[in-house]
Amino acid sequence: MSRIGVFVCHCGENISRTVDVERVAAEVGKLPGVAFSTDYKYMCSDPGQGLIKKAIREQRISHVVVAACSPRMHEKTFRKAVEAAGLNPFLCEMANIREHCSWVHEDREEATVKAIEIVGMMVERVKKNRVLPTITVPVTKRSLVIGGGIAGIQAALDIADAGHEVVLVEREPSIGGHMAQLSETFPTLDCSQCIMTPKMVDVANHPRIKLYTYSEVEHVEGFIGNFQVTVRKKARSVNEDKCTGCGVCMEKCPIRKIPNKFDCNLGTRPAIYVPFPQAVPNTPVIDRENCTKFKTGKCGLCQKVCGPGAIDYEQEDRLIVEPVGAIVVATGFDLYSITEKPKGSAIKGYGEFGHGKIPDVIDGLTFERLASASGPTGGKILRPSDGREPKQIVFIQCVGSRAREKGISYCSKICCMYTAKHTMLYHHKVHDGQAYVFFMDARTPGKNYDEFWRRSIEEEEAVYIRGMVSRLYQKGNKIVVMGSDIAVGVQVEIEADMVVLATAVQPRIGADSLAQKLGISYDKYNFYSEAHAKLRPVECATAGIYLAGVCQGPKDIPDAVSQASAAAAKVMTLFAKDQLEREPIVARVREASCVGCFACKKVCAYGAVEEKEIRDRQGNLIKVVAYVNPGVCAGCGTCQATCPSKSVELDGYTDEQMVAMIEAL
Amino acid sequence: MAKEKVYMHAEKQKHSFEPKIIAFVCTWCTYAGADLAGTSRMQYPANVRVLKFPCTGRIDPVFILKAFQQGADGVLVSGCHPGDCHYIAGNYHARRRFAAFRKLLEFIGVDLDRLQFSWVSAAEGGKWVEVVTELTERVRAMGPMNEFKELALDEQWSGKLDSPELKEAYNAI
Repeated sequence: MSRIGVFVCHCGENISRTVDVERVAAEVGKLPGVAFSTDYKYMCSDPGQGLIKKAIREQRISHVVVAACSPRMHEKTFRKAVEAAGLNPFLCEMANIREHCSWVHEDREEATVKAIEIVGMMVERVKKNRVLPTITVPVTKRSLVIGGGIAGIQAALDIADAGHEVVLVEREPSIGGHMAQLSETFPTLDCSQCIMTPKMVDVANHPRIKLYTYSEVEHVEGFIGNFQVTVRKKARSVNEDKCTGCGVCMEKCPIRKIPNKFDCNLGTRPAIYVPFPQAVPNTPVIDRENCTKFKTGKCGLCQKVCGPGAIDYEQEDRLIVEPVGAIVVATGFDLYSITEKPKGSAIKGYGEFGHGKIPDVIDGLTFERLASASGPTGGKILRPSDGREPKQIVFIQCVGSRAREKGISYCSKICCMYTAKHTMLYHHKVHDGQAYVFFMDARTPGKNYDEFWRRSIEEEEAVYIRGMVSRLYQKGNKIVVMGSDIAVGVQVEIEADMVVLATAVQPRIGADSLAQKLGISYDKYNFYSEAHAKLRPVECATAGIYLAGVCQGPKDIPDAVSQASAAAAKVMTLFAKDQLEREPIVARVREASCVGCFACKKVCAYGAVEEKEIRDRQGNLIKVVAYVNPGVCAGCGTCQATCPSKSVELDGYTDEQMVAMIEAL
Repeated sequence: MAKEKVYMHAEKQKHSFEPKIIAFVCTWCTYAGADLAGTSRMQYPANVRVLKFPCTGRIDPVFILKAFQQGADGVLVSGCHPGDCHYIAGNYHARRRFAAFRKLLEFIGVDLDRLQFSWVSAAEGGKWVEVVTELTERVRAMGPMNEFKELALDEQWSGKLDSPELKEAYNAI
């Protein structure tokens, strides 16, 4: 007979406000098998855990139910406490009476009754819990970093500097990400290239970083400590070992009019190109869609002029399998495109702002390229339409962001600051120009941020107009911007030469399909979800996968770098151990009843089910049964639900346990 | 977002019949989604009891029958969206299994309105509230489900010595 101890937590007032915890403890105490029940203000605190340990020792408690928050929050905490008192940790279960009860109901009676039932169900379940041994698995002390922007670079450098090998995968031909496109960065106005490119070179030269550019993650298998990642290295058509980066091929390429994506399509590039002069690696890529050789079979000029003979038209995509123990995801963002509405998207677009129709209405990133010394205009602010210097410039904030009815309800966080920066850059370059900013409110928390914003108004003469723009249209070579100044209560009309839209940041297009490969969760905007908003902000719910940068939510460079270093620290923590303990939630086969139909083998997504021969002492084959490799099994339990003879059982979620819960209804 | 109804501080009504809803959910998506509904302090009817599974692929259809036998008036099965399964493909197996199982339930005369399948991700607290509220209201309107409960009693009880006292004694065991 089990002697169950039930511990009901008040969670300060979070539970006790709506649930009568004393009554729950009293009612549950009457259930058969419950030897001890009590309530306490903070069960997770040291005295609370002490209470559990003391009861285990003094009351000879054999099974524990903690009625408190979600097991996703504190299951580990309580299992550890139970283990410290000498019980097997898997004899402890949590009844979720906070997230699933006290927080979602207001009626005290109703919530109390529900809580009693929830705890009752867990009491019946825990009676059937078995002692489970912890499984240890080895850790592969190599890490994969997906994305070579500032976040990915920082994480890769930190992990590599700690002495572990890193595989860095970047989709574009060069690492650098968005930060390489920026001109100067807030709040110090230091040049982005100057602080970014040395880090890029560090990555390329690091003995422990293996860099795959122009590559994508194709497939991920395995689990924490033991992932197998397949990387697709796309055909560059240039042999990286032979290429010296002299650039003759790019000079000679006859195709020259391809819009340069890196310059936000302001400039052009040849068909064989590096995205920007400071690219790492400095190895060109042939854009096969636009190359005459690939389109018609003729030309081949680059091959003729290449001294080292690095051009290889026959090169094919390569699939490389990399074993790693941890994965840092740092895929970054795309800017919300207000002209092209992504397919199937709930986002509605802003036709009224004329983006895509009026050439001098540009987005913030395009302005960065105009202001950048390495940009298409050499750092001069010039209108894309006629190359004239704009004397009146209008910045519109919150385009896309904070507009529920348009599809995005979040704040993009960086726009207030970068628009303030843009007004400064503009003022520095066009001394007789005037900048106007339409804004809802300025959000400038951060060290030296508000001072920076104020400087743009007080010293750099930007005019801030509180209100949104209702319409803009082209009139001659001017753009008329109409809006309202709600602070003064008047309508405003500005004849501008250029309009810059602070469009929202969004996760990379295709972020969801990468999440599906990795088995991590994401929200409705495709931002990746962290395991806990406050206490586990860089970890995914999926063990061994960590997040860095904007792929998790909008953030500026300092935040992205901090998060990247935090993710790296988490990886190092993982790599500090040689063996990793993992939850023993794995399937086991009851060989006596298994008939060897292998239905389980067909449904197992991990290939964990093997065939095992049962022989007698003379060595005669009796039958072939299924065997689940506990090192490979991920513990989903699909095999158990599939098994016709009910011969597979998932430890921790056995039929006995689940049925006991249903019967406690 | 505009579509999402938030049942914050909904006015409390008294009903003559409160259905029992049992929810079989996966731990990675829907359980986490229900947690999010909690942390966001959304409000929904207290009729639902949640059973956590590692994956919807683990959910044996027999559990649904068992739930009806044990007095559930409605059953909800919910997991990760197609393609988002933490275990690669468990939800696809579940989907196939339940597509076939629904036919069986229909054949034996269970009103399929009592059974709901849904995909609720870890970020969809609002959707969890919506699904639970809708199912509760629908089942409440349908009234209690007794057929299976009676059947369960018949199964255990030969019927020859049918007296209320004995039944009571039997139930107490």
